[in-house]
Amino acid sequence: MNRTRLIEGRTALLVTFAVGLVLAWSLAPAVWQALTALKPDVQITKVPTSYLPHPVTMQHFASLWERKPLGLYLANSAWIATWATLLCVAVAAPAATALARLPGRGREGVLLALLMLSLFPPILLLFPLYEGVRGLGWINHPLALVLPYAALNLPLAVWVLESALRALPAELDEAARLDGLSTLRRLWRIHLPLALPSLATTCILVFIFCWNEFMLALTFMTRDTSKTITGGIASVSGASLYEIPWGQLSAAIVIATLPLILLVLLFQRRIVSGLTRGALKG
Amino acid sequence: MWTRERLLLLLPALLLLAVVVALPVLRVVQLSLYHVELHQGIVLRWAGAAQFSRTWLDTRWWATLLNTAVFTCCSVALEMVLGVVFALLLHRRFRGRGVVRSLVMLPWVLPTAVMALAWSWIFNDSFGVLNDLLGRVGILSAPVAWLGAPHTAMITLVVADVWKTTPFVMLIVLAGLQGIPEQVLEAARVDGLTAGQRLWKVVLPLLTPSLLVALAFRAIQAYGAFDLPYVMTGGGPGGTTETVSLYAYHNYFRYLDFGYGSAVAVQGAVLAGLLVASVLHVARRLGAKRT
Repeated sequence: MNRTRLIEGRTALLVTFAVGLVLAWSLAPAVWQALTALKPDVQITKVPTSYLPHPVTMQHFASLWERKPLGLYLANSAWIATWATLLCVAVAAPAATALARLPGRGREGVLLALLMLSLFPPILLLFPLYEGVRGLGWINHPLALVLPYAALNLPLAVWVLESALRALPAELDEAARLDGLSTLRRLWRIHLPLALPSLATTCILVFIFCWNEFMLALTFMTRDTSKTITGGIASVSGASLYEIPWGQLSAAIVIATLPLILLVLLFQRRIVSGLTRGALKG
Repeated sequence: MWTRERLLLLLPALLLLAVVVALPVLRVVQLSLYHVELHQGIVLRWAGAAQFSRTWLDTRWWATLLNTAVFTCCSVALEMVLGVVFALLLHRRFRGRGVVRSLVMLPWVLPTAVMALAWSWIFNDSFGVLNDLLGRVGILSAPVAWLGAPHTAMITLVVADVWKTTPFVMLIVLAGLQGIPEQVLEAARVDGLTAGQRLWKVVLPLLTPSLLVALAFRAIQAYGAFDLPYVMTGGGPGGTTETVSLYAYHNYFRYLDFGYGSAVAVQGAVLAGLLVASVLHVARRLGAKRT
């Protein structure tokens, strides 16, 4: 009895240690960035490295805010990601309803085709999309990113929503049909409210992926005031590689990642379960 | 069945995908068959397969292909191993597991382009924390210019990618682990298999489908890597970290050679497709042999 308890105690200790290691590895780069952002310049370029900021300073945030329209970057990202998410879900939900009650092979075929689409390397689409965006005069216009983002996240949204809608009992449809509701009404009034958790998960995931996108944002948003946070931060660096203002850069990184960290901590359960189902998207 | 209503419901999605994915794919294939010249607007001159045969003599194309292969193999291999280890660990019951899981997910949720900068700072030659730590432990006697030398630059990219995407593999494996019934493990325990044997002979074979999914996704995403090399190394030093995606991008927007850029992108995508198909084929064969 004592022996097993000893072994159990030892395993628990080992597990705790391993979990600690995994956490340290996962969080260290972000934590290090935050520490750097709070250090005075002399400390940032000190050799050997001094680890904790002393005194804690907000100077980098202040000078960054003066030098770059960071608030605009954030607002652009939020605006574009929000509209892209809404469009994506608005298009995905009807498609998911159509697929959820589709019997047999057709459903699997369409879902598989969607999966294939989401695997296309984005570089393949970059130049033709650029041509289209230029042709429409949409360079620096939010729509240039909203449409591609909505489309590129569509497979994920359809996958998650379809599996949620399929799980709803079929009798619901019958009852609603007898009440004379059209399919779209049924979707809006009955199905989506019931599938609300999955809907929320889909929205959060799509929003995050839009917020994080870099290649298209870099290419389509050339004016400083139109940039999203990812593209904007890449332009924070100084004139040459050797005069990168690391304090400001760290501050920018903290500002760009903080909203996401909050989102993850707020919706942790939802995100983990949603990611598990939607993990396929990447 | 395919009623008219169903098709109407699917229509917006199909339209969006047609405009943003299907048409661009057709267009890039078309462009890859032409010499694309910039005068007032774009002028196309038929090239046939000339752009593709040009890659044969292009040492830089072969170099990028090799870089991409090295990057993909190293990072995907490490991610698969670490992802399984993380998943096995976080599958255990312990207090605070939910919070730990979501914290471990963080790297995957944070923007790659932004965290690439964070990694450049960590790997910085004069003030980077990695040099300092390794120096303190006594592994390094002098600071290393991680991003400045060919081999170490590739290592930095792999480390950043492993950090970023291990959680993705972990998630898929965790989902797979949850699908293994407790009785199976109990039976193995009763049969007297040790923990290691249970893992190797019972758990891993049952995880094969999850592992294949993770492998396919990771391989194709790592192969298409753009954000990390663009931000961390710009493809340097001396083109040693230029990936296929980055090379296509440079052809488009640095050299304005849209035809060749398209050919590079198309050829890269076709090779990626073949790669994944063959990896899955081999893996499935091996899996079939084992059971």
